[in-house]
Amino acid sequence: MRDLPSRIIVFFRRNWYLAIIGLLILLWLAGRYRESPLLFWQFIVDGLRLGFVYALIALGYTMVYGIVRLINFAHGDVFMVGSYTAYFATTRYQWGFLPAMALAVGVCAFLGVVIERVAYKPLRDAPRIAALITAIGVSFFLEYFTALDFVFTPNFINYTPLPLKITTWEVRGITFSNIMLLIIAVTTACLVLLWYIVYRTKLGKAMRAVAWDKETALLMGINVDLVITSTFAIGSGLAGIGGMLYVLAYPQIRTFLGVMPGLKAFIAAVFGGIGSIPGALIGSLVIGMVEMLAQGYLSSPMRDAIVFSVLIIVLLYRPTGLFGEAAREKA
Amino acid sequence: MNRSRFRFLGQGWLFWLAVVLIFLLAQWVLIPRLNEFRRTVWVMFPCIMAIICLGLNFIFGFNGQFSLGQWGFYAIGAYASAILTYRLGERFSYPVQGIVVQVPPLLQKLIPMAEISLFHFDAGKSGLLLVAVLFGAVLAALISLAFGYVVLLRLGSDYFGIATLGFAVIVQVLLINSDLVIPETKGARGMVGIPQMTSFFWAFLFLVFALVVIRNVLYSSVGRAVVSVREDELAAKAMGINTLKYKTIAFVIGSFFAGVAGALYAHLYAFLSPLYFGFQKSFDPMIIIVLGGLGNLTGTLLATFLWAITLEGMRIWLPQGFEAWRFVVYPIVLLLVMLLRPQGLLGKFEFGFLRAPKWPLRQVAAEAAPQVAEATAGNPEPQEERSA
Repeated sequence: MRDLPSRIIVFFRRNWYLAIIGLLILLWLAGRYRESPLLFWQFIVDGLRLGFVYALIALGYTMVYGIVRLINFAHGDVFMVGSYTAYFATTRYQWGFLPAMALAVGVCAFLGVVIERVAYKPLRDAPRIAALITAIGVSFFLEYFTALDFVFTPNFINYTPLPLKITTWEVRGITFSNIMLLIIAVTTACLVLLWYIVYRTKLGKAMRAVAWDKETALLMGINVDLVITSTFAIGSGLAGIGGMLYVLAYPQIRTFLGVMPGLKAFIAAVFGGIGSIPGALIGSLVIGMVEMLAQGYLSSPMRDAIVFSVLIIVLLYRPTGLFGEAAREKA
Repeated sequence: MNRSRFRFLGQGWLFWLAVVLIFLLAQWVLIPRLNEFRRTVWVMFPCIMAIICLGLNFIFGFNGQFSLGQWGFYAIGAYASAILTYRLGERFSYPVQGIVVQVPPLLQKLIPMAEISLFHFDAGKSGLLLVAVLFGAVLAALISLAFGYVVLLRLGSDYFGIATLGFAVIVQVLLINSDLVIPETKGARGMVGIPQMTSFFWAFLFLVFALVVIRNVLYSSVGRAVVSVREDELAAKAMGINTLKYKTIAFVIGSFFAGVAGALYAHLYAFLSPLYFGFQKSFDPMIIIVLGGLGNLTGTLLATFLWAITLEGMRIWLPQGFEAWRFVVYPIVLLLVMLLRPQGLLGKFEFGFLRAPKWPLRQVAAEAAPQVAEATAGNPEPQEERSA
C-alpha cells in the first residue's frame, strides 16, 4: 500500500481533467474569498453546523444499510417526528432541554422499531425492492398522516426554543451561537457513544457480524432479529436527537421537514461510504459545507444540483464512497 | 406455424383487432360518459404513465438496473417538446374535413352521441405533435445515452439508483433556473401557453407503440441478452455478452419512452411546472412497476390504471371532509399489497401475446434430439436473484 499523498498524486495524474476542473473551482473560490474572507468563513461555519446535524441522520442510514442493505426512506420522517416531539415537549408541556431530548429519542426509537416490525421484517426474504417500496410507503404515511388536523395540528410553526436562550457572539466578525456549540457537542457525544457501542460491546460485535454475513451470524447463535431491531432503535434515536437539534438551528417546523434533510443526509452517508461510521461524519461535514457555499455564492435551489453533482463525480471515481469498503458482491 | 398470415410490427390480426376494438370502446362508449377531469386523470394520464412505467420496467424489471432517474428523462421530454411547439405555435393548422356519420337511434344508448365525425382532424397539428414527441424522446434518449454510458460503466445496483436519483434532482434544478437561457420556460413559475394537442387517440397510440416495441425487443436476441444481464451479470459476461452495451441499450430505450410520455404529458395539461418533476414523484413509476410485478408487462399496464384510478378516485369516494386522508389511505394500501404479495400483483402471469413466444426452433430441436429436449424440459426454472 502506498501512502495517501502519493496515491492522490497518481490519481490526479491519471485523471488530469478532474485536476483542471478542481483547480478552476478552487480558483473561483479563492476569488470569492478575496472579495470577503468573512463571508467565506461564515459559510464554512454554517456548513459545519449543518453537517453535524446531517451526521446524526446519516448514521441511521448508514447503520441500517450496513446491516439489512435497505435504503430506509422513512428515516427522514422519523427525524421529523423527533423534531415535533421535542417541540411539543418544550412548548406545550414546558419540559427542559434534556428531558425533551430523551423523550424525542424514546419516541423515535420506538417508532423505528415499530416500522421495522411492521414494514420490513415480513419482507426480509422477499426481493429487496419490496422492502424499498414499503419504506417509501411508510415515508408517505408519516408525512401525510402527521399533516392531518388532529395529529400535529398547526402545519407550519415558527419555533423558538424556550428551554434555551440563544446567545450569539462574534469572533473576528464571524458569528457563532451557543446552538452551534450545542450541536457539535451533542453530535460528538453521540458519535463517541455509538463508536463505543459498535466496537466495544457485545451488541456491537453482533452488529458487525450481521453486517458482514447474516447467515453465518445466525449459525453462530447470534439473535439476528434482536440485532436488527436494536440497530433500527439506535439509528432512529439518533435521528430523534438530530430532529431536535435541526429545529433549534433552523426554527421552522412542518411535516415535510424530513424530506430534504433526509435526502441530504443519505447523500452524505453514500458520499462517505455507506456502512462506515467515520465516513458518515466526514461525508456529512463535506456535504454541509458544499451546500452552504453553493447556497451562499450561487442560489438556493442550485445547491441541490451541486451537492448531487459532487456525489455523482465522487461515486464515479470511488464507486463505494470515500471510506466504503470494496463491494463484496456474491458471484 | 403458418408464416404467411397477416403481421404488422410482429403482431397478428387478432392483436390489432383487439387494439382497434378497445380504442373504439374507450373513445365512443367510455369517454363520453366521463367529465373532462375524469377523462384526463382516469384515461389519458394513465396511458402516459403506463408508457413511462413500461420504459422503467424494461430498465429495472428486465435488465435489473435500479434506476430512479426516469422522472428526469420524463421532464426532459416534456420541456423539450413544449419549447418546440411553443415556438412553432399555431402556425401549423391544416384541418382535414371529415365524414359525419349519423348514429342510429338503437346505438345511441351505447354511444351517447347523435353523430360521429370520422377522419376529422387537424393534419398540421398532428404532424407538429408527432415531431414534438419525436424531438423530446430523441433528446431524452441522447442524454440518457451519454449519462448511461458514463455511469453504467462504473456503477451498479444501489449506487446506480442513487446516481440516477441525483440526475433527476439535477434536471429539476436546471429546469427551475432554465429561464436564464430559455425565457419561455419561465423557470420556477411554470411554463404556460403550450398548445393542448394530446387527445386520447395519441395517448393510446403511443401506449400501443411502446408496448409493441418493448415486447418485440424483449423477445429478440437483444432482449435475451438484456434479460441475461439481470439473471446473472457474470455468467452473461462469460457467455460473451457485452453487458455494458446491453445495459446502455436498455437504459436508452427506457428513457426514450420516458421522453415520449413527457411530450404527451406537456401537451395534455398545457402547463409544465418544475415542481411536478420533483424527486418525490420519481418514486411513482418504481412503485407502479413493483406493484404490478417486476419484469411483467401485463402487470405494469394493470397496475398503472389501478394506481391512477384509486389515487384520483379517492377524491370522489372519500366522504366529505376527508380529502386529506387520500395520501394516508394510499400508503396503507401500498403497504398491505406489498406485504401480502411481495412479488407484485400479477407475479409471473403474462397475458396472451405478451408471453414469451414459443419459438419454432425449439420444436425443430425437439424433433432432432428428443432426449436433450426432455432433459431441459425436466429442469426446474432457474432461481431468480434480483438485486434491488
